[in-house]
Amino acid sequence: MKTLLSYLKRIVYSLLLLLAVITLNFTLVHMAPGDAVTAMIGDMGGATPEMIVKLRAEYGLDQNLISQLFRYVSKMVRGDLGMSFTHNLPVMDLVLDHLPATILLVATAFLLAVFIGTVLGIIAAQKPKSLFNHFVTILSLSGYAAPVFWTGLMMLIAFSYYFPIFPAFGMRSAGFQGTTIEGVIDVANHLILPAVTLASIYIAVYSRLARASMMDVLGSDYIRTARSKGLSQRVVIYKHALKNALLPVVTMAGLQFSQLIAGAVVVETVFGWPGIGQLAFNSILRRDHPLLLGILFLSTLMVVVANLITDFAYRLLDPRIK
Amino acid sequence: MTNRPIADEVVLPDRPLVEIWRMFFANKAAVFGLVLWLIIILTAFFGPVIYPSDPFEMVGAPMTPPGEEFLLGTDYLGRDVLTGIIHGASVTLAIGISATFCTVIIGVIIGVLSGYYGGWVDNLLMRVTEFFQVLPALLFAMVLVSLFTASIYLIVLAIAVVSWTGIARLTRAEFMKIKEREYVLAERAMGARNTSIMWKVILPNALPPLIVAVALGVGVAILFEAALSFLGLGDPNAYSWGYMIGSSREYIWDSWWTITFPGIAIFLTVLGISLIGDGLNDALNPKLREL
Repeated sequence: MKTLLSYLKRIVYSLLLLLAVITLNFTLVHMAPGDAVTAMIGDMGGATPEMIVKLRAEYGLDQNLISQLFRYVSKMVRGDLGMSFTHNLPVMDLVLDHLPATILLVATAFLLAVFIGTVLGIIAAQKPKSLFNHFVTILSLSGYAAPVFWTGLMMLIAFSYYFPIFPAFGMRSAGFQGTTIEGVIDVANHLILPAVTLASIYIAVYSRLARASMMDVLGSDYIRTARSKGLSQRVVIYKHALKNALLPVVTMAGLQFSQLIAGAVVVETVFGWPGIGQLAFNSILRRDHPLLLGILFLSTLMVVVANLITDFAYRLLDPRIK
Repeated sequence: MTNRPIADEVVLPDRPLVEIWRMFFANKAAVFGLVLWLIIILTAFFGPVIYPSDPFEMVGAPMTPPGEEFLLGTDYLGRDVLTGIIHGASVTLAIGISATFCTVIIGVIIGVLSGYYGGWVDNLLMRVTEFFQVLPALLFAMVLVSLFTASIYLIVLAIAVVSWTGIARLTRAEFMKIKEREYVLAERAMGARNTSIMWKVILPNALPPLIVAVALGVGVAILFEAALSFLGLGDPNAYSWGYMIGSSREYIWDSWWTITFPGIAIFLTVLGISLIGDGLNDALNPKLREL
């Protein structure tokens, strides 16, 4: 019962956080020079004063700020994020259209980073003085220091120009026709470079974290007990130490999710990956503010949900947290 | 026998700075980072004097490969890449350092108030912090820069607004730990004011982890500025390394050098400051060294 209540509290609290984000969006739109109507008139190439007044009334811009905010919030809650004036489509539809590509990219990169990072970190932790440990240190420093867009461009120069192994742009080959399986292979081919690029930063983070945490756990009393029982190194590491060593990795994974989305924006632009990052970038070029703010809101929503999932996963892994 | 045989063996605790200095310089990686940064700072200050050319000026044939005429080649407009890197150093450093400065100001004020007063002040400020933590940093900065006119000041502000939460949390944690120590309680018993306890007693003792966070923060800010400029959201009049890469992006197949060299410059700068940060971490927090 108590656990249930604490879960419920977290959820209510997350909803309040989202409400605050909506308010921030609203404030930003109102602080920016010009309003939606000014932008529309600019697009239409001018309008009569009567028409401007009519448009303002239609969009509720003639009412006071509080009631405008109220309207805005109730629209957002109903899932109405406004219209994108460059695409002439609802923002929600556009984002939902581009979301699967981003989820595919982010999820692949994330799993790749957690898996490779953790494995590297755990191997390095067992031999702190080895050459391999130094290699992991150098790898993690480089992954952190290289700007992700540059890593991506270097990958393009290397693997799509000088050694043309992978396609350079997009998610599918132009005019692709073939069976479903060939289609999957085609997408996977396009996915490899952007996913590895995005993963490169986080491999650095996770290998370092997993190493530190594993070294910490390996020095603890219960591991010494397990060893003194005569258990093999493999059993000690994978059955006893791994679960506890993974706790900080899980926490970090949740915290890093918002940065993963930010990384996706840059990587999608570099590789022409048709996800919400590219949509955001194009909306900036065309000054499509409703679309941009809608993307900001929805990606914040994803971060909040990811944090909730991390929080709950953490509680399952670590029964001490109540 | 002299009168003071024991005194020579005692480590002098009243010279902690010398000790930190010594430990920092014993760390080869940290010294390498420091050397990198010295080179970059010297380039930023004296480069434009020794190599006085305008980075925006078209000086040669477009896309000349690196060679005798232009050491690092020219870009698609015939602008010298080496000039760009030299001039970009000061822009990149200026934005990175001033953004970190603003980050620290916001983060420390919020963290100090939160950690020192606790209670509802802490509750409120931590909710604000969490709010800024869930906003995807780069997207939020992109929104800020695109809604208002891009300038160096706006970019510095945008980076600070999305990066202060880490410093705030760290400061808060240090303050909560230190405010219960005896010397702080003694100050309070002697009637010291809250402001004086906060800034003169606790803050100096909370500095070691903050210094490390600030060093790493400079690296993050530089990467951030590079990403914004790369996306074309930087100040169009500021010739930064990120801008160089972003503007030459479409010519990636014809002139790899216009992208590779500025990227190496960013890489070495961020690498240098992270090595310095790691070195400071080891020197300032010796207890953590075995990790």
